[in-house]
Amino acid sequence: MAKMCAVEKNIMKNGKSVVVCDETRAALLPILQDIQKKKGYISDDDMQTVADRLGIHPVEVYSVVTFYSFLKKEKQGRHVIRISQCISNVMAGSDKIVKAFEKALKIKVGETTKDNKVTLEMTNCIGMCDQAPAIMVDDELIGGVTPQSVRTILNKMK
Amino acid sequence: MTIKRQGPVIFSDIQPDEGLKKALKMERGDLIETIRDSNIRGRGGAGFPTGVKWNLAAGAQADKKYVVCNADEGEPGTFKDRILLTEYPRLIIEGMIIGAYAVGAEKGFLYLRGEYRSFLPKLGKLIAQMKKEGLLGSDIQGKKGFHFDVEIQLGSGAYVCGEETALIESMEGNRGEPRNRPPFPVNTGYNGFPTVVNNVETFVAIPHIVAKGAKWFKSIGTEKSAGSKLLSVSGDCKKPGVYEVPFGVSIKEVLKMVGGENAKAVQVGGASGECVPSSQFHRKIAFEDLSTGGSVIIFNQKRNMLDVAENFLHFFREESCGQCTPCREGIPVLINGLGKIRAKECSLSYWDDLLSLCETMQIASKCGLGQSVPKAFLSILNNFKSEYTLIK
Repeated sequence: MAKMCAVEKNIMKNGKSVVVCDETRAALLPILQDIQKKKGYISDDDMQTVADRLGIHPVEVYSVVTFYSFLKKEKQGRHVIRISQCISNVMAGSDKIVKAFEKALKIKVGETTKDNKVTLEMTNCIGMCDQAPAIMVDDELIGGVTPQSVRTILNKMK
Repeated sequence: MTIKRQGPVIFSDIQPDEGLKKALKMERGDLIETIRDSNIRGRGGAGFPTGVKWNLAAGAQADKKYVVCNADEGEPGTFKDRILLTEYPRLIIEGMIIGAYAVGAEKGFLYLRGEYRSFLPKLGKLIAQMKKEGLLGSDIQGKKGFHFDVEIQLGSGAYVCGEETALIESMEGNRGEPRNRPPFPVNTGYNGFPTVVNNVETFVAIPHIVAKGAKWFKSIGTEKSAGSKLLSVSGDCKKPGVYEVPFGVSIKEVLKMVGGENAKAVQVGGASGECVPSSQFHRKIAFEDLSTGGSVIIFNQKRNMLDVAENFLHFFREESCGQCTPCREGIPVLINGLGKIRAKECSLSYWDDLLSLCETMQIASKCGLGQSVPKAFLSILNNFKSEYTLIK
C-alpha cells in the first residue's frame, strides 16, 4: 500500500521545531486522500492497515471512505472524468457532453474502460458554472467543453 | 477567462498587507470593535455577524483556539470563491491572520473543497512565502507572543461539509455529519476548542475593513446589509461571471448587468435558495430580502421549471448526509411527489401531504441542508402553477 505519512506536522521538541508524522484521527482523511490519489481506490486491506496505524476500528475507516464521493472502495481507471450535473451545466447541454464521452470511450457513466484507463462519472457542481458545460479531468477543471472538444481532451490523456 | 465586475469592496484596490499591518498595531478589543462596528455579516449565506462571532471566540477561555476558512463552496451555481482563491489568495490569508490575532488563535485551517485540489500548489507556495516574510510563524511582525500558522485541509467531494459543524467533523477525520447547535463552534469547535469558521469572502473583506474603516464599509449597501456581495452569475445570460454589487441591488438591475433581461425566473442562493419569478424582479439582494451566498442562476422563457425543481431534489438526495430522518426520508418522498405531479397523477390532498412534509423538514431537520430542501421546491411550485395541474 501507499506510504503512510500523508500528514506531517511541526512540533516543538527540546526547543527545536521538528517534523513528525501525524497519527491522530484528524489525519485520517488526508491519509485516505493520499491512498486514493496513488492507487485510485482504497482496498479493504488499506482500510485495515490505516485503522491499525491510527488505533481505530476498521469500520470507522470504512464509514469515512463511503461518505465522501471522491473516495472509492472499487478500483477506478487511471484517470477519472467527472461531468458536472448541476442545473447550469444541464442548461448548457451537459447531456451532449455525456453522450460524446460515452461514445468515444465506449462505456456508460459510472463505468471504466476495459484498458482501465478512464472512469466516467457524474458529479455535483464543480464551481465552473460560468463556463458550463464543465468537467473535471482528474484534478483539473475544464470549462466550455463541446462534443467536438471531447476527442482533444481524451487525446491529451496519457 | 472569467468575467468580473469590479465593485466597491472585495475587488477594490488595497496595498499588500495594508489591512494586516494596521490590524496588528491595534489592540485586540479595538480590532474586534471595528469589525463589529462595520456590521459585516457572514458571506457564506447564513449572515451571522462576524464581529459577534469573533467576540464570542475571543472571550472563550481555552488553551487553544482555531481559525478556519471555509473554502468548500458547493452550492450549485456558486464559483466566486474559485476567483478569490486563484486571484486574491493573499487577502484570504491576511484576513485569517487578522482573525487569529483578534480571537487569540495559534492555528488556522483553510478547508479547500476537493474539486479545487488543483489550487493546492499555488496556495502552498503562498503560505511558505508569507512565512518567509514573517507574516506567519512565531512572533508575527515583532508582536511578542502572537504565533499563527495556516494549514490546508482538503475536502473530498461532500456538499454538506460546507456546513460549519460538518466541516469541523470532516477536519477531525469523521464523516461530514453536522452536529447539533448549540454548542456553537465558537465555543466547542475543532477538537472541542473554540473555533471561528468564516467564509472565504468574509476573510477577504476583513483587510479592506481594517484598512479603510468601519464607517466606509457601512456606507456601502443597505442599513441591515453592510458592504457588497460577490454574485456568481450563470445560466441563461450573455455575460456569466462574478459580479461584485452593493447589497440592496435588485434582481432587475443584476439582470441588466449580465445581459439576462428576458428571464422568466432567477434562482437566488442555489439549490437551497429561492426561485424568484419575473413578477418579483424588484426584490433586492440583501439579508433582509433575498439572502444568498452568491449563487444567481438565470432561466429563460423556454425553461421547464419542474426540471429545475427535480434537478435540485436529485442534488439533495445525493448530498444529504443521511443522519436525520426528515431530510433522509423526506427528499425521496418529494422526488416521488414531483414525479406524480409531472405525470398528472397528484391529487390536491396528496399535494397537501407534501406541503405538510415540507413544513416538517423545515422544522425538524438537523442542519441547514434539510431545512432548505423545501425552499426551492415550494418557491418553484408555488410561483409556476401554470406549468402543472393537480387532480381535483
